[in-house]
Formats: sequence, C-alpha cells, structure tokens
Amino acid sequence: MTSAVGIDRDTSSYALRLGDDALILGQRLSEWAVASPALEEDVALLNIALDLLGQARSLLTRAAELEGRGRDEDSLAFLRDEPEFTCALLSAYHVHLWRVLVGSTDDVLAGIAGKAVKEADYHFDHAKHWTLRLGDGTPESHRRIQAGLDRVWPYAAELFERDPLLDRLVVRGIAVDPEVIRPLWEQTVGEVLAQATLTRPDTAWRPSGGRSGKHLTGFGYLLAEMQHLHRSHPGAAW
Amino acid sequence: MSSQFPLWEVFVRSKRGLAHNHVGSLRAPDAEMALRNARDVYTRRQEGVSIWVVPAASIMASSPDEKDSFFDPAGDKPYRHPTFYDVPEGLTHI
Repeated sequence: MTSAVGIDRDTSSYALRLGDDALILGQRLSEWAVASPALEEDVALLNIALDLLGQARSLLTRAAELEGRGRDEDSLAFLRDEPEFTCALLSAYHVHLWRVLVGSTDDVLAGIAGKAVKEADYHFDHAKHWTLRLGDGTPESHRRIQAGLDRVWPYAAELFERDPLLDRLVVRGIAVDPEVIRPLWEQTVGEVLAQATLTRPDTAWRPSGGRSGKHLTGFGYLLAEMQHLHRSHPGAAW
Repeated sequence: MSSQFPLWEVFVRSKRGLAHNHVGSLRAPDAEMALRNARDVYTRRQEGVSIWVVPAASIMASSPDEKDSFFDPAGDKPYRHPTFYDVPEGLTHI
C-alpha cells in the first residue's frame, strides 16, 4: 500500500486525469442549472454535479500531494490553462472504473473510489432512466436522443485509450486497466441502448486528444467561467 | 412543460421514525421518476431511509366543508381518551 505523502509523478498524473474528468463533467452539468424542464430535474442534476465536484476535490488533492510542487486542489482546478486539462467523456464508465479502482494499491485512490461507487451507481441510474424514457418515448424524443448519441459516441473510445503512463501504473496495480472495464462498459451500455430501442452508432471516426490537452472550442469558455472568480480574487473563500 | 406531469405526494420515513410522514409534493412523468425525484428533492440532507410516492389524484381528502360534521362531534366525548382507567402495576409498553 502506498499512502505516504512521497512524490510519485505517475500516480499524480493519473489522479489528475480522473479528477479532471469529474471536475469538467460537474462544471458542465452545473451549466444546466435552471435550464431543465422541471425544478425536480434541476435539483437532481445539481446533486450529481456536486457529487462529481466532491470526487474532483479528493482526486486533485491527492494529485497535488504526490506531485510535490506545492500546488493544491484550488491551483490545479483554477490556475491551469486549457492544454493542461486532460479529461475524456463519461456514468456507465464511472460505475465500472470505481469498482475496479477500489482494489488500487494506492489506498487514497482506493478510498476515493470506495466512496464514489455509490454516487456513480445513482448517476448511472438517473442517466439510464432518462435514456429509456427518451429512447422509448415519442418519435420526436427518440429522434433527438439518437442524434445526441450519434454525436457523442465516437468520443467514448477515448475512455479506453492506453498510453505509457497507464501501462506503467497498471503494472504497479495503481491504475485500472482500460481493457478490464471496456467489456463491462460495452455490456452495460448495450443493455440500456437495446431497452431504449436506440441504435448503437457504428462510426470509424475516433477523435482523440482530450488526454493530451487538445479540446474543442467550447472548452475554453467553460474554463473561463469556472476559473474567473479564483483568478480575479486569488484565495477567495466563504 | 412540468405542469403537464402529474402531481405526486411524497412520504419519507426518517432513520428513527416508525411511520412515513408527508414531506411535500412534486411533479414527475411516472412512479419510478417520482421516486427518484423525491430522493433528490427531499432526502439530500439525510432526511430519510425510505420513501413512498403516491399519485396526488389517488388521495381522497376530507373537505373543509365537512369539518363540523366530521370532527366536532368528538369534542365533548373525553371518555374516549384512556385516562379514566388505572393501569395495573407491572404492565409495560403502554
């Protein structure tokens, strides 16, 4: 078990990746506040966003500890620029990722995963129920969610990309091997899509680059909004 | 849009509670979503360990107009309270 606060750049980078996924998805969800059709859905989405933010805080704190450059969760979240963020797309993935990461040899990451498992189960349940209702709802709702699925599907491949960092950490038992969770994810998502009468997209296009800091245009705007307060008033707290 | 969703009444049993208590209402398209919405709206501060949702339309309520005939007749019948009996010694759980 490695929980001592020594410097471990690889594990730090891995915690940062996982933290960025949670942070950016949380921020994206919070953009939907007061935009959903019902108050109940607003509260549900923000509950999920808050769970993700909590996961991000723990992961970025761990990343900062192991990085050993004197940064903390705030400087990692608010003072990095666009190319430094390394996130990919995500709930069915989290469900399986956290379950496997519970067995990580880094016991801080294992602990964070242990707490996140229950949260991810609920996030997935929420997403699943909407997918079923929209997919198997009216012709218009089916058309729209299928179009949305077709649009984001190619990005999902990035969740399972291997790179040298992951290779090193998988050997040490710290990171989750993407090949272990890919079949689980495929099965979970396949079941929901079938039940929702949706067609699994089949595209050869596999965009990549999120992990190496290459993002679409909208990402800069997201960061600007997320980081504005901290950059204008460093150390602001309440 | 939400006004098209039916109304549900929400009942929550707290950790030490014996009964589900009415906590409020919400709108949802069906029972499963109503249960999940209730979880998000009414139990996010650990208020409960069990939730019931009931279609508001299924609740038959007494009318304020019937208040007098329903409830006033009980007002002068104190003997219905178990206060006129001596409780035998050693009797527990009463």
